[in-house]
Amino acid sequence: MGNTIMTTYRAAALAAFATALSASAAFAQTELTVYTSIEAVDLDRYKQTFEAANPDIKVNWVRDSTGVMTAKLLAEKDNPQADVVWGVAATSLLLLKSEGMLEPYAPAGVEKLDPKFVDSSTPPSWVGMDAYVAALCYNTIEAEKLGLTPPKSWKDLTKPEYKGHVVMPNPNSSGTGFLDVSAWIQMFGEDDAWAFMDGLHENIAAYTHSGSKPCKMAAAGETVIGVSFEFPGANAKKAGAPIDIIFPEEGSGWEAEATAIIAGTANLEAAQKLVDWSITKEANEMYNVGYAVVAYPGIAKPVEHLPDDIPSKMIENDFEWAANNRKAILAEWQKRYDAKSEPKG
Amino acid sequence: MTAATLEIPRGRALRTRVSGDDLVKRGLMVVISLYLLVALAAPLYVLLSKSVSTYEFDLTAFELQRSDESATTWSEPTTVATLNEEVGGVITPDQLNTGSDGRLSLTALYPDFSFRSPVMYRIRGTSDDAAYLVGSELHRGTEWLELDSNSFRRVVIRPSASLGLDNFVAYFSTPALAQSIANSVLMGVISTVLVISIAFGLAYALNRSCMPFKGFFRLVTTIPILVPSLLPGIALVYLFGNQGLLKGLMMGHSIYGPIGIVIGSVFFTLPHALLIISTALSVADQRHYEAAQSLRSSPWRTFWTVTVPGARYGIISAAFVVFTLVITDFGLPKVIGGQYNVLAVDIYKQVIGQQNFEMGAVVAVLLLVPAVAAFFVDSAIRKRQVALLSARSVPYQPKPDRGFDTACFVYCSAVALFILMMIGVCQFAATVKFWPYDLTPSLNNFRFDLMDGGGWGAYYNSIVMALLTAVFGTIIVFVGAYMVEKTDGFAAGRTLFQFLAMLPMAVPGMVLGLSYIFFFNDPANPFNAIYGTMAILVVSTVTHFYTVSHLTALTALNQMDREFEPVAASLKQPFHRLFFRVTVPVSLPAILDISIYLFVNAMTTVSAVVFLYSTQTQLASVAVLNMDDAGDIAPAAAMGMMIFYTNVAARLLHGLVSRLLLKRSQAWRQR
Amino acid sequence: MKHETIPGATSAAVRSRLSAEGTEPVKSPYLQIQNVWKTFGEFAALKGISLSIQEGEFVCFLGPSGCGKTTLLRAVAGLDLQTRGTIHQGGRDISVLPPSQRDYGIVFQSYALFPNLTIEKNVAFGLENTRRSKAEIAQRVAELLDLVGLASQARKYPAQLSGGQQQRIALARAMAISPGLLLLDEPLSALDAKVRVHLRHEIKNLQRKLGVTTIMVTHDQEEALAMADRIVVMNHGVIEQVGTPTEVYREPASLFVADFIGETNQFPAKVLSGGKVALTGTELACAPHGCATGTPVTAVIRPVDVIPHGDGARSPGAPDVVATRENLIEVDVREMEFLGGFWRTRLASPRFGDGLLVADFSINAVRRLDIAEGSAMSVELPRDRVLVFPERAA
Repeated sequence: MGNTIMTTYRAAALAAFATALSASAAFAQTELTVYTSIEAVDLDRYKQTFEAANPDIKVNWVRDSTGVMTAKLLAEKDNPQADVVWGVAATSLLLLKSEGMLEPYAPAGVEKLDPKFVDSSTPPSWVGMDAYVAALCYNTIEAEKLGLTPPKSWKDLTKPEYKGHVVMPNPNSSGTGFLDVSAWIQMFGEDDAWAFMDGLHENIAAYTHSGSKPCKMAAAGETVIGVSFEFPGANAKKAGAPIDIIFPEEGSGWEAEATAIIAGTANLEAAQKLVDWSITKEANEMYNVGYAVVAYPGIAKPVEHLPDDIPSKMIENDFEWAANNRKAILAEWQKRYDAKSEPKG
Repeated sequence: MTAATLEIPRGRALRTRVSGDDLVKRGLMVVISLYLLVALAAPLYVLLSKSVSTYEFDLTAFELQRSDESATTWSEPTTVATLNEEVGGVITPDQLNTGSDGRLSLTALYPDFSFRSPVMYRIRGTSDDAAYLVGSELHRGTEWLELDSNSFRRVVIRPSASLGLDNFVAYFSTPALAQSIANSVLMGVISTVLVISIAFGLAYALNRSCMPFKGFFRLVTTIPILVPSLLPGIALVYLFGNQGLLKGLMMGHSIYGPIGIVIGSVFFTLPHALLIISTALSVADQRHYEAAQSLRSSPWRTFWTVTVPGARYGIISAAFVVFTLVITDFGLPKVIGGQYNVLAVDIYKQVIGQQNFEMGAVVAVLLLVPAVAAFFVDSAIRKRQVALLSARSVPYQPKPDRGFDTACFVYCSAVALFILMMIGVCQFAATVKFWPYDLTPSLNNFRFDLMDGGGWGAYYNSIVMALLTAVFGTIIVFVGAYMVEKTDGFAAGRTLFQFLAMLPMAVPGMVLGLSYIFFFNDPANPFNAIYGTMAILVVSTVTHFYTVSHLTALTALNQMDREFEPVAASLKQPFHRLFFRVTVPVSLPAILDISIYLFVNAMTTVSAVVFLYSTQTQLASVAVLNMDDAGDIAPAAAMGMMIFYTNVAARLLHGLVSRLLLKRSQAWRQR
Repeated sequence: MKHETIPGATSAAVRSRLSAEGTEPVKSPYLQIQNVWKTFGEFAALKGISLSIQEGEFVCFLGPSGCGKTTLLRAVAGLDLQTRGTIHQGGRDISVLPPSQRDYGIVFQSYALFPNLTIEKNVAFGLENTRRSKAEIAQRVAELLDLVGLASQARKYPAQLSGGQQQRIALARAMAISPGLLLLDEPLSALDAKVRVHLRHEIKNLQRKLGVTTIMVTHDQEEALAMADRIVVMNHGVIEQVGTPTEVYREPASLFVADFIGETNQFPAKVLSGGKVALTGTELACAPHGCATGTPVTAVIRPVDVIPHGDGARSPGAPDVVATRENLIEVDVREMEFLGGFWRTRLASPRFGDGLLVADFSINAVRRLDIAEGSAMSVELPRDRVLVFPERAA
């Protein structure tokens, strides 16, 4: 009994203290404009968790999809509006880095992170948070109707039985699409990869503009196989979609979501504090709620509907190579496939 | 009168002394002209200049040095251009043209290059601007940088900006992109032919038959205006997609692609075509038909010799409007176009997908060409049409004809069914749990906050945006039209203003949106502050829909006695008293029409705002796009239906308010 | 000048001054237009117009459409500024003043009543905003409505009144601010014939009562003759003649004026010596003119000026025959048309060549002289009514 009263009392005192603290902090509070592409549902949770740990900093989110966010950041090159980028694809951040837009900073504890989640420069220009990994969404009901067997590997996708039943994102408009293509080239070698894509192209029903759409199309039975990544699959499954999430046996391309400071920010100190916090164990546990793979090794817990060995499926991804060859790869891809439904003959 | 006085005295023409009232008027005109200059002319200019800003690798801007294997003796500094000549031009001139994010590796210059070799390299720019990367690390300037072979492998040079038509050349030499032009035109032509035929049939039935339920058909055929053009795309997915209710009708063809674009285009352009053709048909002269009848002309012959020629200007005008709408629309092909590339989607892909703003500007300029051409042909035709309209005499009165009326009724019912089906399927898909596997009713799809696109906030933003657009747009448009129509003098300014006011009709929304990015997102621009705010959305939407509103206001003002202003001036009343006491109350119906037009369009527009919204100002129409983009089709349909219901409510409210206001302030209309 | 009191404020002085005009030494005019030009590119709509209008005068600008009369009125109003020239009103140079700084009331053909305001609000429009109290305004509006005889309609909207009533309201509104000058731009053209005749008297009476200097533009000669103190006949941007109604009718200054005002017979002719002109088949004595012998001219006589005589051959000594026997012509009556108040006849004679002479005879004369279609008779063309103009008839 007494214990409960004590707890209540303590909680009240704590609350009063917290109020006093935040009231006094209101004077010194720094506001950070943070650009992000994290899922809409996660925005509030991340903000609250961070602000609870750093009451002197207030996060103002500016959120959009990766493509739009990158375009926005590049467009604002000469007049940056953001202080920090938190939760944008590492490939995009490399683009910003090559424009000299990022402020290199080694956050406290960066050495604890898995090195493939950290920029190769010293000090690093960006540090990773978590990863999303390429995967196939496979609609079992539609497959059964059509008498199809599930593919096991990327190469399986070129089998004639899947003709017209595969949807993948267009690498020219989707980051996921590009990570697939760049992974194939890195895994198979340039020539084999293009040969594979030539075969795959024969089976493709449509190239979508976004990376999650193929999976959602598979979930809705609009297609049988959606080349996508793991979350939309997990979410659709949760919503009751008859799909399996398949990680091809050759390995999967992946993309890191990462954090970086925009060069020239007026709130450098606060920005650094945010980056420091973003790689803490606490932060990574927060990422783990949605993401199966996080940058901080050894803490990830399995996510519902996803296997727990995803990191083993991830290939060695050379972000820098991908960024510097992006334009050439996309031009080649566009030349080969972008006129998919042109009238034939 | 002697001959001597018939010689005009030398000297300058007299000018009226400017009164305070005139100063106010001119000030207002300048303000509104400036608005159009800033919101339209300047951004378009920046867009054009962006489309000719090119990027190419300048090989003379970099110098290289290479050491021997001991890394002690160095070769003479040589420019990359010279080196390239020495090795026989491994870097071809083709490779030099690139985009803003172009990168060029230099290892090819050394045929014997090996990243394991102990040979060292040095690189520097010949000017401070020359930029190159080591990996993704940016370097600039004339300082030598020494690198081992393995690092030199990672060196890429960056292009420098210049002016030229290279972007256009690049666009046309990419087959997939050049194909989009042909695709866009093909879609435009097919859709136009179909829409005009269907709309003519409808207009004919509505004006020339005695079928029942005309009012109902008129109402139903305006529905497409109330929804974003993405919604028919979504409806088509549900109707004819792989899980579509009517998939069998497709006979194995895919709805994703040209078929979907054409059907969707027919849906969303139908009301526009119907309105124009219906107007043309409704002014027919009864006497022509009586003449034809007395000449014993067959009905079929009468149709081709009297009806069609009478409506031909309307038909041509409608055809151009539809063609422009189809080729400049972006939402529909984005949703249903599959891999069928069209110009409007190319812009989006170039800008949002590849961050290639210059190429986006090129596509925008290309899109501007047919739209501007259509605009000029159309305005030439409209001029001729006026003469036809004013020559009307006895209005045509249809006579009941059972067979014909039944045929008309069946035809209109079919079209109405098509429209209602498109809306209905969206409504259905929006309110089931998980299409197509779990059809139990559910409102899950309305939980927008759990999805991309901005959630319910986007919906409320849209309402705020639409209201602001309606209010400020109506004020700007009406005052602007008043200045053009009812002021004297200042002729040059008025002509310029009139031109600017007509221009938005020829500027596709995407082009406008893109030009706004270039113009307003420039830190040197004093209006930079509105970038990313609600203000820029309102400004772009008002500007995008300026022309039709302006014409509506002009028509209303035109019908007003030209002598009101002289009378008020002779009574020594400032113009604003006349404006508020007479002009505005008398024009109230037109003003309400303009505001509902702006409201409805602000709710549904996607094309301009898709480049301009920010996280705080997401919009419902863009949310439909983004949710569909992310594959959340059912929530996209749900949001589309929210827009539809909002517009229906706004229309009802508009009708109610109009009626009330008219009752109170327009008592003078009844005798 | 202002006319502060309206009802009964007739200025006998003004009227007497009007009637005495021309004999008294010329006063400085109320409105003075000097060498006014209006050009639109190459086209000159007004060519050096100079005109003086006295205080209290009622002046009509009369002419065919496109003659420049409306342009001149709009220049006076400051609505379309003249290209050159000056205009003074009441001694003040108003040449380049904007309309709002001039002193006039204006009434248009379209009435231009504000459709959303009641009659009283329309009339009060110019009174509000002028530091008058509400009661003052109401009283003045009542006076004005009384004046135009529409006090009972005060609460109605313009659309509920007839055209004639609307025009009277427009007049009341224009007069509300007691302007020094009243401008009427074809005020009666939109009305039907009966209302027009009625309203023309009312306007004239009102103008007399108020003594306000008035300019009216019209293309209707009857209206101008009935209403104006002086008529300014215009054509092709110049003033053809300025004169009282009788002057312009009886002594037209040009063939155009003769032709435009009233009916005329026109014959091509050549000037002979001794106050005569030669027509195709005859010679006529004519009124004095300034043309040199031998010049080709046009001889003009109005149908009403033709004097009928009986059958010339049968009764040469009939009492109707005027002693001079000058310009006596034998004619055959070809056509007769009964026009209510008189007979219009068309008379043929070898002396007119192929042409017919139009003559208007009173019912009395026709009966007395037994004039009928096909009969022969003589007519006299009085010398002083045979006018000679240097131009050729069209």
